[in-house]
Amino acid sequence: MNFRAIQAIYYFEMSRTARTIWQSIVSPVLSTSLYFVVFGAAIGSRITEIEGIAYGAFIVPGLIMLTLLTQSTMNASFGIYFPRFTGTIYEILSAPISGIEIACGYVGAAATKSIILGLIILATSWIFVPLHIAHPFWMLTYLVLTAVTFSLLGFIIGIWAEGFEQLQIIPLLIITPLTFLGGTFYSIGVLPPFWQKIALFNPVVYLISGFRWSFFEVADVGHGISIAMTLLFLVICLAAVWWIFRTGYKLKK
Amino acid sequence: MPNIISIKNLSKTYASGFRALKGINLDIKRGEIFALLGPNGAGKTTLIGITCGILQPTGGSVTVDGHDIINDFRAARSLIGLVPQELHTDAFESVWATVNFSRGLFNKPKNPAYVEKILRSLSLWDKKDSRIMTLSGGMKRRVLIAKALSHEPQVLFLDEPTAGVDVELRKDMWQVVRELRDAGVTIILTTHYIEEAQDMADRVGIINKGEIILVEEKAELMHKLGKKHLTLYLQQKLDVLPPALAAHALTLSPDGTELIFSYDTQAERTGVTRMLAAVGDAGIRFKDLQTQQSSLEDIFVGLVSDRS
Repeated sequence: MNFRAIQAIYYFEMSRTARTIWQSIVSPVLSTSLYFVVFGAAIGSRITEIEGIAYGAFIVPGLIMLTLLTQSTMNASFGIYFPRFTGTIYEILSAPISGIEIACGYVGAAATKSIILGLIILATSWIFVPLHIAHPFWMLTYLVLTAVTFSLLGFIIGIWAEGFEQLQIIPLLIITPLTFLGGTFYSIGVLPPFWQKIALFNPVVYLISGFRWSFFEVADVGHGISIAMTLLFLVICLAAVWWIFRTGYKLKK
Repeated sequence: MPNIISIKNLSKTYASGFRALKGINLDIKRGEIFALLGPNGAGKTTLIGITCGILQPTGGSVTVDGHDIINDFRAARSLIGLVPQELHTDAFESVWATVNFSRGLFNKPKNPAYVEKILRSLSLWDKKDSRIMTLSGGMKRRVLIAKALSHEPQVLFLDEPTAGVDVELRKDMWQVVRELRDAGVTIILTTHYIEEAQDMADRVGIINKGEIILVEEKAELMHKLGKKHLTLYLQQKLDVLPPALAAHALTLSPDGTELIFSYDTQAERTGVTRMLAAVGDAGIRFKDLQTQQSSLEDIFVGLVSDRS
């Protein structure tokens, strides 16, 4: 293993985050706070409790997931796409470093950043609503697994994308809708039975449900199924990354 | 000298169907400066790209110091430093950060003293904290060289290193290249400036349309093909070469206004004095004269145009 190379890429990406702190940390925290103000305080005060939990508190896990999913994907995809765009990828490709090590550097940094963001948002939400975390270990497990999985997905998008538009298409057109429809702001249980079944095809439902369970012990699907689905998605992304480096897809002509 | 790079039957066909390399065989000797010349699109950059791991070969093999570039890529790539043709840089990074980043990528422990030495030798030391985007094109080129040298490579690829670089920097750069060669680094450079190959290289390879058409010691090549021509511009047209001059290696130009004398500059007696005396005796007066040596450029143009 070329640990120094992983470290070099990791620090490079983290220093990029530090350089763009307004865009990478401040702005997602601000927009999540706005959700709290609008949905939690303003509208939420008129919504009755959901499964015994105040609405303001109920949406916290969903909002953290929303940020985690979009930021992980955006960050990791930009991290690998930018060197492809500027041409500096030549150095990564000519270095004595394997594909898995390259992915570790980029995905590790993107996931770290998302986890930091998730924790900041969690801390911020404490200002707005009283919170209790029933299973801190599982909460952190979901946080880390989701950050890593979606950073891997972002990494794949960054390699697949042929332009800045394609880079944005999947996060904006697929991940954001799936997250909103995956129970960020409501329980799947409030949907008509037919749509409840359809919702189960949305992988984000399992992430939010599991994550919410770690807070309130309330879930749309069983905790075991949630963890299994999260791991399954992780394995699919890992397999895709492995295949990309094996074939040189889009990286090596 | 044993070979440090050995390229066997290397071919590359791009997805578009373009055959960039057609079965290249080439050995690079340890410690030499090898100049690879060729017109645009000849396959120079493709050849370098495959050797460095940026492109995938379609067929054939390359070894670097005995390590296969695919099966043993870590060992092979550790030995190579690459300065690409295009100025690909991380605009927002500082010079210091980007050079140390390269060193880390190549699995070398931090060594600030060594990085400082490189930056000083490339006159980059006072720019070490500058963001790369604030540097001029020539400075960016130096940064790329510093990055390539950051991990102490044994082989350095310079893909058109002097394209768009001013005379001063070019001189500095060649000084650095000479010092590297003296330190035992093998250097492979591609260039459009044939004078550079002529000045710098130990051996010259010419590539055209994906094929190596010639590899020769530069001195040998210059000697073999390095004839000199003396042209006499005549005051009066001649219809035929006077029989008195037949003993000399003279030819009359088709329009009869020039006499051309070919000779070997390396020879003990070039015959110039005798020829000029004979021309004077024959009563031929000339208004001007000019000598021309066939340069690497003539040789190159001759070879490339023969094949196209």
